[in-house]
Amino acid sequence: MKNALAALLLFAGLAAPALAKVQVVSTLQDFASIADAVGGDRVETTALAKGYQDPHFVDAKPSFILKLSRADLLIVAGLELEIGYLPPLLDQSRNDKIRANGPGYLDASIGCEILQRPTTQVTRAMGDVHPYGNPHYWTDPNNGRVIARAIAAKLSEVDPAGKAAYEKNLAAFEARLAAKQKEWDAKMSPFAGTKVVTFHDSWPNFANHFKLAIAGHVEPKPGIPPTPSHTLEIINLIKAQKIPLILVEPYFDTKTPKAIAAQTGATVLTLYPSVGGAPEIKDYFSLFDYDINAFVGAMKGTK
Amino acid sequence: MTIWKTLALGLGVLAASAQLSRGQEATPPPEPTPVPTATAPEPTPAPPPPPSQGQSQTSNYFNPSISVIGNFLAIAGKNPVDNQPNLSLRESEVALQAIVDPYARADFFLSFSENSVEVEEGFVTFTSLPLGLLAKVGKMRVSFGKINTLHLHVLPWPDTPLPIVNLLGGEEGWKGTGISLARLIPMPADIFSELTAQVFRGEAEGLFELRNRSDIAYNGHYRLFKDLSEATNLDLGFSYGAGPNATSTDETRRWTKLEAIDFTLRWKPLRTGNYRSASLRGELFRSRRDEPQELGGKQTARGWFLSGEYQLAKRWFAGARIESSDHADDASKRDTGQAVILTFWPSEFSQVRGELRRRRYAGGITANEALLQLQFAIGAHGAHPF
Repeated sequence: MKNALAALLLFAGLAAPALAKVQVVSTLQDFASIADAVGGDRVETTALAKGYQDPHFVDAKPSFILKLSRADLLIVAGLELEIGYLPPLLDQSRNDKIRANGPGYLDASIGCEILQRPTTQVTRAMGDVHPYGNPHYWTDPNNGRVIARAIAAKLSEVDPAGKAAYEKNLAAFEARLAAKQKEWDAKMSPFAGTKVVTFHDSWPNFANHFKLAIAGHVEPKPGIPPTPSHTLEIINLIKAQKIPLILVEPYFDTKTPKAIAAQTGATVLTLYPSVGGAPEIKDYFSLFDYDINAFVGAMKGTK
Repeated sequence: MTIWKTLALGLGVLAASAQLSRGQEATPPPEPTPVPTATAPEPTPAPPPPPSQGQSQTSNYFNPSISVIGNFLAIAGKNPVDNQPNLSLRESEVALQAIVDPYARADFFLSFSENSVEVEEGFVTFTSLPLGLLAKVGKMRVSFGKINTLHLHVLPWPDTPLPIVNLLGGEEGWKGTGISLARLIPMPADIFSELTAQVFRGEAEGLFELRNRSDIAYNGHYRLFKDLSEATNLDLGFSYGAGPNATSTDETRRWTKLEAIDFTLRWKPLRTGNYRSASLRGELFRSRRDEPQELGGKQTARGWFLSGEYQLAKRWFAGARIESSDHADDASKRDTGQAVILTFWPSEFSQVRGELRRRRYAGGITANEALLQLQFAIGAHGAHPF
């Protein structure tokens, strides 16, 4: 009897991966895209937020509870980016695997280069600051590599039978990323040192990797919409430092950036921080393809 | 006449606070942000440092996250029926929340009025139960309708709608001490569906009264949620509750039976949702209260409200509400009301709201009032209400 039960369990355990794909839920489409590449046909991925949505303000919709309740692996950005909606959803997911630090929980920020970790006391007088550092870190392709490795390792824990497949897929992802990075770096290198103004502080990792200098933000403080006095400061800054570009995330109003551009001659460019932000941005590679081509195109237009 | 003066005053304060938040931007030093910019990235250690650095803070590691929300309310106009103070720190809500152990989390919400304190909610949630169950034990806001489950500071108005006041025991609504069990019921087409069953001590302020230890109040709630499109979703709820009312005697247990249907329709385009969104919500209530013949026998009272909110800009919301409710203990009496609301959020952590309200109470009394509410939150970043 015991043997029969053991055999049944063993059978169930072996049969499970063949029957059902590993259900991966991520908060952002960027992680879903990398999980797709690493997981291949062994995984099925879903992202809660859309790439053109402000990742700080995602509604805690009950329909997300259903997705989380079925998840084998949850990938989050961490650094409190999801603090406005994920904790209550996780509490109601009835899924112990994916709770913080559970076997199916992956904080993608771990191991990544995180910028702007506060070294002094932070208060909300600074706006909606993230006390653990800037959470928009996946815009550095080197962090993408770290995230892919972490996902492969985690998938191998969640689905040990697929370990070899995940390692193979990871190697392919890394090889492609290395080749792509050469291409991106070559395209961006002529613009090293270019000063830009961004709407929200979403781009420190991108700027750090591609050696751009972020001179200021249209938002006076994170989460606070533009004010006349700050806008004037930015106009003066752009004029004084001859800043060619104002980068705007797709979910912000371009009214103020356009007004600044009209006063200064700078170009407003919508740059997408996430996969899925525009229909052409289908995966993590096309995210950089798209943004870099847009950046280079805009820079050529400014000359 | 006074009402217009008050309105002018209220709008003045609204405008002043908007100015204030602008003025604040001008004062700080000229650097765009106080945090180090990307041009000078700090070298990052391979393993990320723990959130609290230094020996002295490690003892704080397991402390609950703490937040305090202040709710200041100013009222002008005359209201002989509901005569609230002109200026009050109506509520200071202290929230203490943490994980208990691998099986549970705990949430305490202590509500301080200016001179008293109440455990508004204090419960443990067992998150690791079999069969997809979620259990809460303690004191909690009862899952009866939608508004009754929400804390004062997340309501889209500075006040409580009439049907809650008249049919659920007062401004505070129905709170219960007991056990709540909720389970997801699988449905096709990605419809979220959850059934909640709750058992409470048969006591709730203004609603149920405990005479014997065997007196119990019950509540059942069924919630359906469906994404109609990427931007639009519909929340539906059906509730049924019952408990012994204050007219019970040692010989006769008299029940008050409550029913409600609630709906919330939300529209928020994902790309531009920071600037434009709308919601429409309504609830329909019925209270059937057994009373002795000499008090008028069984009272079947009905109430409802309908409320809409539209986002004008990133930080501005306009809303309107209509409401009507019979009295639970005398269904022949009916109060009605209309209100318009304007809300300004200086930041995610503070809010200024003005409301102009007309209520017509049973007996022909009309009250025109202006309400001005200021809310401010400090401490841990809570989840955004949905």
